[in-house]
Amino acid sequence: MRYLPLTDEDRAAMLARIGVDAIDDLYIDVPPAARRAGLVDLPLAQGELEVERWFRQVAGRNRAAGAQPFFIGAGAYRHHIPASVDHLIQRSEFLTTYTPYQPEIAQGTLQALFEFQTQVAMLTGMDVANASMWDGSTACAEAAIMAARVTKRSRVILSGGLHPHYADATITTAGAHGMSVVALPPAIDNEAQVLEALDGDVAAVIVQSPNVFGVVSDLAPIAAAVHAKGGLLIAVFTEAVSLGLIEPPGAMGADIVVGEGQSIGNPLSFGGPYVGLFATRESLTRQMPGRLCGETKDADGARGFVLTLSTREQHIRREKATSNICTNSGLCSLAFTIHMTLLGAAGLRRLALLNHERACALADALSAISGVEVLSGTFFNEFAIRTALPGGELVARLAARGVLGGAPYGRLRPGTEFEDVVLVCATETNTEDDIAAYARALQEVLAP
Amino acid sequence: MTTPTTSGSRGLLQAEKLIFEIGDSDRSGVDLPAPTPRAHRLGGLARRAPLDLPGLSEPETVRHYVRLSQRNYAIDLGLFPLGSCTMKHNPRLNEKIARLEGLADIHPLAPVSTVQGALAIMETLVHWLTTLTGLPGVALSPKAGAHGELCGMLTIRAALAARGEARARTRVLIPSSAHGTNPATAAACGFSVDEIPADARGRVDVAAFRAKLGADVAAIMLTNPNTCGLFETDIKEIADLLHAAGGYFYCDGANYNALVGRVRPGDLGVDAMHINLHKTFSTPHGGGGPGAGPTVLCAELAAFAPLPFVVREGESLTLVEHREDADQAPFGRLCAFHGQMGMYVRALAHMMSHGADGLRQAGEDAVLNANYLRALLKDHLSAPFGEGPCMHEALFDDAFLEGTGVETIDMAKALIDEGYHPMTMYFPLVAHGAMLIEPTETEPKAELDRFAAALIALTERAKGRDAAFFKAAPERAPLRRLDETGAARKPRLRWRPEGPIAMRTAAE
Amino acid sequence: MTLRYTKEHEWVRIEGAVWVCGVSAYAAEQLGDVVYVELPARGRSVKAGAEMAVVESAKAASDVYAPVSGTVADVNDALGEAPQLVNEGPEGQGWLVKLTPADPGEFDALMDAAAYQAFLKDL
Repeated sequence: MRYLPLTDEDRAAMLARIGVDAIDDLYIDVPPAARRAGLVDLPLAQGELEVERWFRQVAGRNRAAGAQPFFIGAGAYRHHIPASVDHLIQRSEFLTTYTPYQPEIAQGTLQALFEFQTQVAMLTGMDVANASMWDGSTACAEAAIMAARVTKRSRVILSGGLHPHYADATITTAGAHGMSVVALPPAIDNEAQVLEALDGDVAAVIVQSPNVFGVVSDLAPIAAAVHAKGGLLIAVFTEAVSLGLIEPPGAMGADIVVGEGQSIGNPLSFGGPYVGLFATRESLTRQMPGRLCGETKDADGARGFVLTLSTREQHIRREKATSNICTNSGLCSLAFTIHMTLLGAAGLRRLALLNHERACALADALSAISGVEVLSGTFFNEFAIRTALPGGELVARLAARGVLGGAPYGRLRPGTEFEDVVLVCATETNTEDDIAAYARALQEVLAP
Repeated sequence: MTTPTTSGSRGLLQAEKLIFEIGDSDRSGVDLPAPTPRAHRLGGLARRAPLDLPGLSEPETVRHYVRLSQRNYAIDLGLFPLGSCTMKHNPRLNEKIARLEGLADIHPLAPVSTVQGALAIMETLVHWLTTLTGLPGVALSPKAGAHGELCGMLTIRAALAARGEARARTRVLIPSSAHGTNPATAAACGFSVDEIPADARGRVDVAAFRAKLGADVAAIMLTNPNTCGLFETDIKEIADLLHAAGGYFYCDGANYNALVGRVRPGDLGVDAMHINLHKTFSTPHGGGGPGAGPTVLCAELAAFAPLPFVVREGESLTLVEHREDADQAPFGRLCAFHGQMGMYVRALAHMMSHGADGLRQAGEDAVLNANYLRALLKDHLSAPFGEGPCMHEALFDDAFLEGTGVETIDMAKALIDEGYHPMTMYFPLVAHGAMLIEPTETEPKAELDRFAAALIALTERAKGRDAAFFKAAPERAPLRRLDETGAARKPRLRWRPEGPIAMRTAAE
Repeated sequence: MTLRYTKEHEWVRIEGAVWVCGVSAYAAEQLGDVVYVELPARGRSVKAGAEMAVVESAKAASDVYAPVSGTVADVNDALGEAPQLVNEGPEGQGWLVKLTPADPGEFDALMDAAAYQAFLKDL
């Protein structure tokens, strides 16, 4: 077995040194009935060639996004990732190390985390950010729980524009904490709807911009209204690139900003692993979940970085911790940081403009087709369309014509008035030919 | 140590500032086409807030992060004996496979007819995990070990609710040696935590456990092998007593590496257990994630497993993503999409590479390596909890340092100078000044011998009253000991513009 | 004798109408360098033995229990900027909370300095 260095001679010598006759003697504490003599009923070891062959064959049964015109977003976005990003994150020193508990020999990870935290704070317009969460949806749930901790209230209101998976993860996780989670019915352009459910007992309202239908909203009036009632505004985004072009939630009064960072540096990978971004105001720092990296000095006075404020965390505070989470999304946050460093502000802005431009061109091309209505009055790089067909059927018919044309809203939340709505996304990866191919296919599908 | 250099660099170790100090917001390492001017559809919400993110060209970026990387210890560099963390070799085949276009470049909401291969991987992973553990259900979506714990405990809560006992059963029993995530998870599910003491053998005190059982007990959360690296000898009795009292058995599977291929948790009476794919099945730790924590479930609990899951319909596979489409009663959804696909791929590649025979051998070698180190070290350090064999990790306490002026942390820092990542320190709490050593199965005997020699030499030095040497360590690492107290008193959690970028902001 | 101690290593001292509370020198030593102190809101009522504050070092957090029942009359705001006062003067400038006592009888039930020293010897 190529991954196991011990030889039979080693094993015999080691058993002798331990002072036992056989490996079985090391398992004497296991109840005899549970000791299995034989192998479990699974295939035997295979070489690299055989394993790779199996996976290649299985992967061949998937249609890779890049293999045809591709327009699916809805919380996961296909962007170009510079080649150096993947090269750097595969360096042994980043890939095969642990959480930086020994800062003297983990400054690489720690400095990169400090850069990540600063980038996220700048991007969202907030004071501080943590060292990342599992993904955007779990960050959203943790934000709700944090708001309850800060306000000592237990009710949160979710807008109808919040990604349904984020809403469900929050209902499950915050609900387990004993919180009451009010999820409003889907609405294409009405994040301020949360204010209708607002009262003096609300811990937070959670809104999304751009929302799941792509619509961009001014959060300032919502922030003012919820603050007047003593609650917090939690602002969510699923497309990090949008912050290169639109006003960040921090500049519009948000108290906690959470989102998905996958767009920067991380592949689609069928939904994970991704990287949750979590930022807040300085005054709320100690109520944050997750790991935090801070600057300090070493015994010689040299600048260095350490994990800090760890008394909030489960390994010290146990049942009183701010969260049960242990790992962050280290390597994905590194990919984010490297890609963001390659972009810089100018590159990010240009990337965001390209995305917006492609989406505008796509919206124009699709809305020109008879029977297609673009529902999103404003948008960044994705928007909702409505046709006479159920969303799932439309997408299936487009797929049959070689176009992956979007995500049916009904797949995220079935049984609403939006069964005929499809969420469509364009990024810098889409060419003019892609857009023309989509328009052609859609025209064929909808032709009487 | 030596005279400072003019550049601040030391040989191969290059001085490196933060990107905010070397980059600027107009520089970029990405060439993008110029957008064509057109009217925005942003509803007047174009960004007005300054965006000062620094950029670097590609060569500068590569150099920056390569330089940072060289300040990290890693499993690829040497033994990483961090107890409870299972730092084993990460096969590069798994990385290669995870990057195949048909796996990395597929969207979670693509029509299921176009991602049958992805669903086949999930189905195959389910088969391997259920076969290995002897438990018939799996929730794949938890994104890490703690998320798997949450999944398991919420499944238990849903099962209790279905029995009409959710309000009655609110207490969760947790041994004092448990990982901090266990009490944190129980609290996150609204349970109260009741601690069970350890006995003199480092195991659950069964008499104390029995006394705590009652009609209000929802579950036990027990790590096995436990955090002292010991198999819970009375585990079957604990399970039987608990089941008779109407509670569920949650097993923290963080230490499953010791048992894989040889002992099935289902045979021990376990009802639910998360599996850290990043431990037992070698997906890379990546400096703190991403992990994955699929949770195996007994038949009774499987009915409440969260959304989504894969089901087979004849020749094709499909995803159940909504309660309406489920035959049973999922408790909800834990996260967006379908969990950590990239980790499923790597873990399955690990399993298929090892096979039934290799996995069993891996578990045995992990146990053998730990016991071998224990045999080499036990006369030099002090081992609590008796003479019996350990499982995959060996626990020592600080009794051997008594009167030397040297503490556990000093031994750890001195090991850094010897070229090793230290063992886990001060955990579990049941051993005073704990040092928990987990070598894993991917260490050759010669590495273990070399590590033991270094550690033994340090123990001799400590006993020779050389505390000053230890307090000064590390002296050969990129940095000396860091001021963690100062960091926590005045937290500086981000870089603040004080230099050129700040000036540029003011000019805008 | 206006000073008393608890088995949880808090102290309480009578200063006129309010009673001042903090952690003992022994507790401060055990905690190590204090980095943060979480204090209760003024006006909050606390029961003897209930959690009243949290004292944190870089690697540990310790609950501080109310030595007697009462209402929080004042808290030591200086600890916000200078948590190290708990180490420098645990039974002086590092005080945590001033309580208006609910039941003056609770004071006499606690250990005096000599009894506390004897209690520490047995730990």
